[in-house]
Formats: sequence, C-alpha cells, structure tokens
Amino acid sequence: MPSNPEGQSNTPKSTWPEQYRELAQQAKSPLLKAFYEAGCVDPDMPMSDVPLVALDFETTGLDPNEHSIVSVGLVPFTLGGIQLGRCWHQVVRPQLPLHQTSIEVHGITHSDIDKAPDLNEVLDKLFSYLNGRIPVVHYRDIERPFLNVALQWRLGEGIRFPVIDTMAIEAHLHPDRRPTRWQRLLGKKPVSIRLADSRQRYGLPHYASHNALIDALATAELLQAQIHHHFGPNTPIKDLWL
Amino acid sequence: MQAELIDIRNHMAQFPPFDEMPEELIDQVVGGVEVEYFRAGTQILEFGQDNTWLYYIRSGAVEIFRRSGELYNRIGEGDIFGQFGLLMNKTVRFPARALEDTLVYRIPEATFQYLFENDDGFADFVETEDRSRLRSALSRREKSNDLMTSKVTRLISRAPVSAPCTVRLQEAARIMTDQGVSALLLMDESGENPMLKGIITDRDLRTRAVTEALPSETPISDIMSEGLITIRASAYIFEAMLMMLHNNVHHLPVMDKDEVRGVIALSDIVKYESQSSLYLVSNIYHQNDVKGLKKISRDVPDTFVRMVNEDANSHMIGSAMAGIGRSFTQRLLELGEEKLGPPPIPYCFMALGSMARDEQLVVTDQDNAMILDDSFVPEEHDEYFLALAKFVSDGLAECGYTYCTGEIMATNPKWRQPLRVWKGYFTDWIENPKAEALLNSNIFFDLDGIHGNTGFAEELKALVAEKASHSQRFLTLLARNALNRTPPLGFFRTFVLEEDGQHRKTFNLKRRGTAPLSDLIRVHALACGSRAQNSFERLKVIGQTKLLLEDDLGNLRDALEFISIVRIRHQALAIEDGRKPDNNVRPEDLSPFERSHLKDAFQVVSNAQKFLRFRYNAQVGRNAQ
Repeated sequence: MPSNPEGQSNTPKSTWPEQYRELAQQAKSPLLKAFYEAGCVDPDMPMSDVPLVALDFETTGLDPNEHSIVSVGLVPFTLGGIQLGRCWHQVVRPQLPLHQTSIEVHGITHSDIDKAPDLNEVLDKLFSYLNGRIPVVHYRDIERPFLNVALQWRLGEGIRFPVIDTMAIEAHLHPDRRPTRWQRLLGKKPVSIRLADSRQRYGLPHYASHNALIDALATAELLQAQIHHHFGPNTPIKDLWL
Repeated sequence: MQAELIDIRNHMAQFPPFDEMPEELIDQVVGGVEVEYFRAGTQILEFGQDNTWLYYIRSGAVEIFRRSGELYNRIGEGDIFGQFGLLMNKTVRFPARALEDTLVYRIPEATFQYLFENDDGFADFVETEDRSRLRSALSRREKSNDLMTSKVTRLISRAPVSAPCTVRLQEAARIMTDQGVSALLLMDESGENPMLKGIITDRDLRTRAVTEALPSETPISDIMSEGLITIRASAYIFEAMLMMLHNNVHHLPVMDKDEVRGVIALSDIVKYESQSSLYLVSNIYHQNDVKGLKKISRDVPDTFVRMVNEDANSHMIGSAMAGIGRSFTQRLLELGEEKLGPPPIPYCFMALGSMARDEQLVVTDQDNAMILDDSFVPEEHDEYFLALAKFVSDGLAECGYTYCTGEIMATNPKWRQPLRVWKGYFTDWIENPKAEALLNSNIFFDLDGIHGNTGFAEELKALVAEKASHSQRFLTLLARNALNRTPPLGFFRTFVLEEDGQHRKTFNLKRRGTAPLSDLIRVHALACGSRAQNSFERLKVIGQTKLLLEDDLGNLRDALEFISIVRIRHQALAIEDGRKPDNNVRPEDLSPFERSHLKDAFQVVSNAQKFLRFRYNAQVGRNAQ
C-alpha cells in the first residue's frame, strides 16, 4: 500500500508534536500547513482536556486506492460533552462510480451524489474541524487512509496525524474475544468489537439509522464511555493515540 | 439540527414534554444539546452546586435524592431532571446520581428559558405536571409513603371494636384490653341498626375515670366523648392528618355512609410517616415541662422544611404548622392547670389570626385570648386566669412564638373577659364600627376555641356570622381596611420595591400578598354569614352564595396558593441555608417562572381589591365619617 499512514505506527508515539512542526515546514498546501501549524496536543495532556473530533466516512468500498468517500460526518467534542449543534455532515461526489452494493450499505443514492460537491470544495470546512483536534475513529484503517489518498489526489500531498481508535481499545480490552474451539463447544460466544456491539456493553443506546454523522456521534459517545470505565479522565493522550 | 441527527429528535419526541412540541422546536432543542456519559455510581449533580442545564436521560437510570440523602425518585429513559434548580436559582436542590451507565442530553439553560416562555406545554410540564409526575412515579414504588395519594382505608388494620353504650366502665376497659385497642367505639343499639354514638380512649380512661376514681359500675355513656369527629372512607391520609391536627383528636372513626369501617389512630399515621408533623405533635403531648417543650420546638423548622420538600400545598403546611402551635398551647394549658390546680370556673382559650385560620408558618407571634364563664368574679377568679395566661404566654415565647407586640394576648385583662363582655365587644365592633378600632380588632374575626369550653368560641362565631352580614357599614369599613395594603405592582407589571429601611429593594410577600388576600376574603366571608376561618374554606362558602363568579374564586384560590407557596419556599430556603426566615423577597432571587406567576397573582389581588371597593362602597374619602 503506497504511503500508507499505518507506517506511522512505527514512530514513537510521543513525537507527534515534533512531527507536526516538521510537517508544517514541509507542507506546500496552505490547508495542510495550517493544519500542522495548529499543532498537536502535548502527549502528556490528560484526556479530559484534549479537544477531540469524531470522524466517520461512508465510502464506496474498503480500499482507499480503489474506492471513494461519499459522505463525511464530524463531531467535535471533549470528554465532558458533545455539542450536537456543532456537528457537520456532508455528502461528497465520489470520483469513482457508485456501486449498487455500497448504496445498500449507506443509503446514499445517485441523485444525492449528483447534487453533491467534490471533496475539494469542502476542504476548508473539513480542516476547520480537524485543526487543533485529535481525530477519533472506530477502526483506524478507513478514515485516515481514505483522507490521505483523497488529499494526495487533490492537493498533491498526503496527511499524517494520530488517531484514537475506539475499536482498537475494545480489541485491547478483549484480547481473547475469539473463543477457542473448546470454548465454543462450551457455548462461549465471540466478543464483537463492532461499533454497535461495543456500545451495548456500555449501556449506550441503539441508533436505528446509519450515516456518517450518527456513526461519528456513536464513536464519540463510545470513547466517553470507554474512558470513564477503563481509563479515567487523567489518562494522558499518549496512552491512547495510535 | 442536522437532518442526520433525526434519531435524536425522534427519541425526544416520544416523551413528554417534547411529545407535544412542534418538530422544528425539538430540532432547535437538539441543536443545543450536549451529550455526556456517566458511569453507574457517578454523581451527576451535587447539592448546592451551580447548574445551568436541564438533563434528559437518553439511556440508563438516575436516582434523585433529597438534600438529606434520602432517595426521592428513580427515573429513566426519556425523563428529565435538574429543572427544580433551574426554576429556583440555578443551584441544585435535588442531587442526582447515575444508577446505571447513563447517557444524558444536557439542554442549556437559555434553551430551557426559551421553551419555558414560548411553549405552554413545556412550562406546564416542568412547573406543575412534573410534581404530579414525580408523585405518581413515587407511588409506583413498592412502598408508597405519600400522604397525599393514599386513602385512609389503607391504615385500617382490623374490623372496628365496639360495644353497646350501655356497658359499664369495667366491661369497656376489659374489652379494650382483650382486643388490644386504644379506643372503643360505643354504639346506640336501641334502633333497628346500631348507630355510632361515642368513643372512649385509653387517655379518656386515665383522665376521666382513673384520676376521678370513678366506680367500675359507672355507665360508660357518662364519660364517653359524643359528637364524634369522623372521616369518610374515601378521604386521603393527609385529610385525616389535618383533621387530627385541627381538632386535637387522636382517633378517627372511618365512615362509609353510616357504617363504621374502622378506626385510625394518630399512631397509625405516625408509623406510616414517621417524619410527619403529627409525630412532632404526638411528641408535644409527651412533654412534662416547658423545658421539654422548648427542646422539641427546635424541630418545628425542620418539619416545615420537610413538608415543603415533600411538595405539600400551602393549606397542608399552614394547617400542620397551626396544629403544632395549637398543640404547644394546649399542652402548656394542661401543664398550667396541673401546676395551678383545676380552673375555678369554665373557660375557653382562643387562638386568633393565622393560627385560627390554619394558615400559620414558621415566623409567627402569639395571638390569643380567654373567654371566661359568665359567673366570673374578678376578685375571686382573675388571679388564677392571669397566672394561667402568663404561664402559657411565657411558655409559648420560650418555644419560639414571640409575644404579640399589639398586646393581643390573654395576659392583657382586656382580652381575658367573660363571655357576655366578649359578646358586647363583637356587637359593638359590628354595630357601631369605627375605622380605627376595627383596624385593631381585625384579628378577632379569625378566632378558634382550642382548649376548655370551646362552645364559648362557637357562640362568638355564631354571633359574628349572624350580625356581620347585616351591617353594611361594618362591611364597608372592614373593606376599606382591607384596601390599606396593596400588592407591589407598578405600571407595566414591574415590582414596586421598598425604598428604604432594612428591607430596601425587596417586597414583603406577607404584607403585600397573603395578608391583603386573607383580608379581602374575610370581608366577603363575613358578608355571606360564613363561620369558616380558613381562607380556602371561606372561598368555598363564598362560592356557594354566588357573591363572586366561579372564575374569580378560582383565580383567588390560585393566587393565594401561589403567593403562599412562594413565601413558604422562601422561608424554607432560608432555614436550609441557616438564615433567619422572613417575608422579604428580592425579585432577583426569584426564578423567571416565579416572577411571572407572582405578577399574575398580584394582578388578581389588585383586581379583587377593585371589586371589593366597588362591592362594599369602600372608596376612601366616602363614608369616612
């Protein structure tokens, strides 16, 4: 996978602020320059103080090099509260044809897409949400790589940033989630770390509809619950970001 | 609101008060929401903390507590909390804790106020329905402890124990012992069906039979109480409580038409609600000296605050406080009689003013008088009654009922007179009224016999009821006096505040609210020959005469209840904060809701005063000879 941001996982976690400073020097696009210049919070900052933004993309498929973003949902929040009035949802026109199968997943149709702007036209707004905030996603292999590829196409350069992955947190909490054959025989069920299933474990409500915004909201709520249950508001961000 | 958040709007739209709201308005609400997660066991709101949010429970369950730490309510999905604080002064009155993992939607105060002012359904819900909603939620709990929603029949644990009223003293005592009851009903069995005739209690046996050393063959009918106070089977427990407080009886036969269903005792209610004012009352009767009474009088403010926090209405609180005051007085009279010996001639001790009206609060002075038997000879008897009056008055002062500055107390010889002199006073006030004299005697038109031969007080009530309605001039002057104190409303519905003195920038809820109301209700009540003393009871009687329109009566009732309850809450808050309760309120200490409704209530008072002026021809300057 070309310029896969997962390569970042090899860099020490505590160097994100330095990396941002370096990247700000290198970036040619004013949008990216501004993004890096807005800075990255100190790795020791307690979670209760960190400005966060839950991020969810609906896409036409799973491979960032073959598929496109069709909608974005962004929910800025902190551990103490999610302001619904500041949420943002945007349908964007994918570069690649929309498959019937993906329509069935996210419910965005051709006519929605036809009226929608290209991602390029809403980048200003997108970055106004991202600047200065740490993105939170459920399953880190979608939003970060898709945004990276989309920006490479449009700005000629990719993007790097840390994320908090609520699914990775669940995976960490349930290392033995797949029962052995023995356990399966004894009736042990696998622990699902999918968004809806994870939420259920924290008493979070079920959302009937699925779109990038409600999923981003669901992710933000899940992170609040995870931190209150397993970490505590004083946990430094460096323990959680990837 | 973003259309993608429709899930959230749809959720809120299922639950009151949002279910009746237009969708656009809910969308606006959702746009202001902040979502927060609380793990089970986390404190969400602490008592006294500043709070500027209304909380809506999206999922989970929350426990609401009283300040004392006692569980008040348990609420869940779709319920709201925090509104009491927002309605009062933005501090938390009922702490809240997450019982389960809970996701809440916090609605900012600005949105709350906007909804309050623009959506009637919402306003009604949070200010009124919410109480009954809480109440019904409470009654859903396994053990309901609500005096307001439980019927007296709940307290009946056995079939009534009775005997024919022809039995002898010893037989009656034996039945009571065998059956283990503290009261025996006595039936008149001469007719076709036995009729309830009287009652005898443990206490009666002690005070009337044993102390008098009556022979065991004495017919029980000689010492039983007749003219029984009973309660209907459909009544609520709080009504039974008021009846016991008012009449100082400790047993009430419960009647289903003419048939006795059972007897409830004061101790039954005390058991049922051990924190109640009745508990305090029963304690008063167990004290054997002024010191003991003084000690338990310190519990009175707590009882008051508890009733306020339990959402009792002003009638209940006023009656309970008056009942407590009456019990202190009665117990002091009993102790005085023990100390000074039995009274040489019959007498009646009278309560006047708010105690007689059953509208007493915590800040109160003593207003009382004595009616003596007409066989009164000052040289022979007055030494005794002065000593008794002084004993009671000093005792009351010890218990926090300060001396009356207007000297309206039985210690004043003018107000310690035989019945015929009292009849002369009232006849003179009514038939030769003088404005000045009436101003000072106003208080005597709220009277209630509370000890001794209360028949004397009834005679005075009858005299007033009969004469007052016929003296136009008396009513005119009384009405004019009732117009002396006006509600604190200025032009454009602003509050008029006191400009000087210690209470600058406040208004007095008693002098400018409840007092003018009870004054004007008294005038109407006397005009229609009512013997009722309580303002709400008087309004009922007035309603039967068509003197006022049904709407106006309803408005007066609501205004009185609202001003009273704001005054009561103001005092309860002061007590909880360790301040001295008073009647002076600063407008900024009121919530927008209270301010707006107080203005409405004062407007009702103002209109009612205009009508009073017109109805009794009471313009100042005319008829002012």
